[in-house]
Amino acid sequence: MNIYVLLKRTFDTEEKIVVSNGQIEDEGAEYIINPYDEYAVEEAINQRDTHGGEVTVVTVGDEEAEKQLRTALAMGADKAVLINTEDDLEDGDQFTTAKILEAYFDDKEADLILAGNVAIDEASGQVGPRLAESLGINCITTITGLEIDGETANVDKDVEGDVEKIETPLPLLATCQQGLNDPRYPSLPGIMKAKKKPLEELELDDLDIEEEDVEAKTETVDIFLPPEKEAGRVLEGEVDEQVKELVSLLKDDKKVL
Amino acid sequence: MGKKLLVIGEARDGVLRNVSFEAIAAAKKIDADGEVVGVLCGDTGMNEQAQEMIYYGADRVVTVEHENLKAYTPEGYGQAIMAVTEDESPDAIVMGHTAIGKDVTPKMASKLETGLISDATGIEQEEDNTVFIRPIYSGKAFEKKVITSGLTFATIRPNNIKPLERDTSRTGEVTAKDVDVKDIRTIIKDVIRKASDGVDLSEANVIVAGGRGVKSADGFKPLYELAEVLGGAVGASRGACDAEYCDYSLQIGQTGKVVTPDLYIAVGISGAIQHLAGMSNSKVIVAINKDPESNIFNVADYGIVGDLFEVIPALTEEIKKVK
Repeated sequence: MNIYVLLKRTFDTEEKIVVSNGQIEDEGAEYIINPYDEYAVEEAINQRDTHGGEVTVVTVGDEEAEKQLRTALAMGADKAVLINTEDDLEDGDQFTTAKILEAYFDDKEADLILAGNVAIDEASGQVGPRLAESLGINCITTITGLEIDGETANVDKDVEGDVEKIETPLPLLATCQQGLNDPRYPSLPGIMKAKKKPLEELELDDLDIEEEDVEAKTETVDIFLPPEKEAGRVLEGEVDEQVKELVSLLKDDKKVL
Repeated sequence: MGKKLLVIGEARDGVLRNVSFEAIAAAKKIDADGEVVGVLCGDTGMNEQAQEMIYYGADRVVTVEHENLKAYTPEGYGQAIMAVTEDESPDAIVMGHTAIGKDVTPKMASKLETGLISDATGIEQEEDNTVFIRPIYSGKAFEKKVITSGLTFATIRPNNIKPLERDTSRTGEVTAKDVDVKDIRTIIKDVIRKASDGVDLSEANVIVAGGRGVKSADGFKPLYELAEVLGGAVGASRGACDAEYCDYSLQIGQTGKVVTPDLYIAVGISGAIQHLAGMSNSKVIVAINKDPESNIFNVADYGIVGDLFEVIPALTEEIKKVK
């Protein structure tokens, strides 16, 4: 089976966000594989181990993303592709990324494309479904289970807490939700092997893309932090006194009861 | 002339979701003088839902009724909504950022070759530009975003944009659009209901969330009782989910759901930064924790330092008295 994973490099979830001049300060920040994309990498490896084939991890970004690609290779992916847009694009949006990936997948025969259902930074959740639509393949978002039987995928889809059992033919693009699996940590031998696995670097030229074809349709005009919360009040007294006071504050002051 | 604003409504168990009405209000924020055209897909009972959209401010509604639209599938709803979109050629499309909205709108945007601003929590007009405000890094920051080319297309986060007052004197035309909905390739075999009693976390006005301090799946029982008297939903921290006290569908945080209820009661939650990202924009936050040094007290409006197994039942009783 020909399996692809769409991967994004994101800030670590433990990072505090600092904004200066309407931009996120990224100096010194720790980066990780977007946690939802980790589920995709893990699932791709498991499916390959069951059905045979190859896992290729693809990212659109800059050179720095090589580290996250190597991590995915160390987890067990076979090949990685970095589509480096650093020299060609100032800004992109989800339209841009999906268009670039569409060009990449143009001559590929993917049976299964896995992605995170959302990235924890910009959190639009658009690139996967956009790509599926432009490739004309089936798409199921927020999956928590995947079993492949021949040309058919049986999928559990999380729908706001409920689970839909869905059957659909391959090829399929699925976006992964928490609960799908437990992503492994790369092993030491895995890390050693990953250094020798192929990592291909492409630029827009290699994909016959003109910059204006992928020009963003949206623009971020400002970034700001939410207002700081004032320190709260810790209530005092016995439990029943605290509870009485709390209820009266919620009811009369805040009017949320 | 005002803009034409398409609002895609969405029902659950035959009842329109509140976010559909919020989407009408959102469309009015894009153009107060615009014409709001509601769109509804389903297999039956569309007229009643269409009337509700009109009471909440839609000028008219187009319904697509077909047996293949009983349940949401990306192909079915995609075909129906695209057919209406082609008919109407709107200037803007707005929908709720729900399971369906998240699934169908990027596919539409791809077909229409347009931008899409997902998960907006606010809409403002700045110098003739419609500016969308949306949380990034799970609410650790916000961005202002504009559409620079083509159609204005956005999904809005439930619970953030106030719907207009329901006014039953509003009238409007309801038209049925015939669409041959076919080639459904994603077949829903079964639906397993796991979500608690119909109050969805992302739309709940009140959330009672438990963390590791709740200690067990059984320990969540008093939290469910409290949520019930408040008409709210139960959520959890990553720690509680990892410890298998509850299902991952309840997880709130940077991984998991991001919520903004009117009242958030954090019980036995220490307040890791990844959890705060998912809830710190709630309107009122109450923290109940044994450890007075817990980080959660830094974002809470009110805190109670104590044993949750004493405090929660007492709180439930007290709320019963005033409700």
